[in-house]
Amino acid sequence: MSDKSIDRVAAATPAPVARKIRGLSDRAIAWIFVAPTIFLLLAINIFPLIWTIQLSFTNYKANRIGREVKNIGLRNYERILTDSDIWLNMQATAHFLFWTIFFQVLIGFTLAWLINKKFKGNDLWTTIIVLPMMLSPAVVGNFWKFLYQPQIGLFNYIVTWFTGAEPSSFEMLGSVDLAPWSIVIVDTWMWTPFVMLICLAGLRSIPDYIYEAAEIDRASKLRQFFTITIPMVLPFLMLAVLFRGIENFKMFDLVVQLTGGGPGSTTELTSINLKREAFEKWRTGYASAYAIILFVTVFGLASIYVKALNKVKER
Amino acid sequence: MKNFLSGLARLRRGPWEFVATLLIALGVFMLMQPFALWAYTYSFIVTLVGTVMFIIVSHFKE
Repeated sequence: MSDKSIDRVAAATPAPVARKIRGLSDRAIAWIFVAPTIFLLLAINIFPLIWTIQLSFTNYKANRIGREVKNIGLRNYERILTDSDIWLNMQATAHFLFWTIFFQVLIGFTLAWLINKKFKGNDLWTTIIVLPMMLSPAVVGNFWKFLYQPQIGLFNYIVTWFTGAEPSSFEMLGSVDLAPWSIVIVDTWMWTPFVMLICLAGLRSIPDYIYEAAEIDRASKLRQFFTITIPMVLPFLMLAVLFRGIENFKMFDLVVQLTGGGPGSTTELTSINLKREAFEKWRTGYASAYAIILFVTVFGLASIYVKALNKVKER
Repeated sequence: MKNFLSGLARLRRGPWEFVATLLIALGVFMLMQPFALWAYTYSFIVTLVGTVMFIIVSHFKE
């Protein structure tokens, strides 16, 4: 704002208001601006968190308001951490996390590397590749459900075309062996573009003169790739892995739309299981302890994520 | 290794953050591994210690 406009604003401020503001220190004015945000943060984030921690030590059930709430100490945590069914849910989540991240990084980096080469229609291809990421998970879940239909689904016909197996001989969403892979395929299809964009940013941040210097030193393309490209993109890749890891740890909507956690509980990820405990079985205290366990895990991963982010910024 | 140990002894942020990060990673691995139920049982306490340690040591001097 120029000096003139500052003067005009000062002149337009009513005298009593101006007198009040002039009486406040810079620190007080800063607090006035920050206070609403802090209040909202406390009300929306901190208060529910503290309440959840408190509930996690009780046998509270949200559907039985009049019932006496007893403090049961660490029993909820003990039950969750010795429950082999929840352990299986954790393993299903681990399978989902590992393979989605593996495929997304592999395909995302390859796509970014290809897109980074200058060719005709480069921008158009980038837009087309990025499209799945812009769709709602509920929509993606629903239309992949149709694609996976054994009778009319396109997916089975494509597999038939490659393998020769009968389209109706396998069911992606109904089979215990295939269902965990079906959710991996959909999440990979949807979120690979995100990893690609991060990798592309990393690739474009590498200055050309480094490659020119390597060319002068007669370094082969393969050597350039492993000694320049990979090390310089690595922090970005790490960032993508951590970001997708945290997001997929909380995955809910896409999997609920696709399999609903089934068949049996083969695709029941922790967030789906948590929702069942909290809002179907109404074991609120138990679900609170479960939520705190997941929260601490995600918070821990987020701490590493912030550290990695700072390292990327330092570059 | 010597630098790392002296960093730990002089309460420097880098090495302590590294230890905390290792604990968090170990805790997450223990939570999701399919090999031993006891590791799953103790995963939360390992992650919690790592996370709390990370919050504390991130205030140490560089």
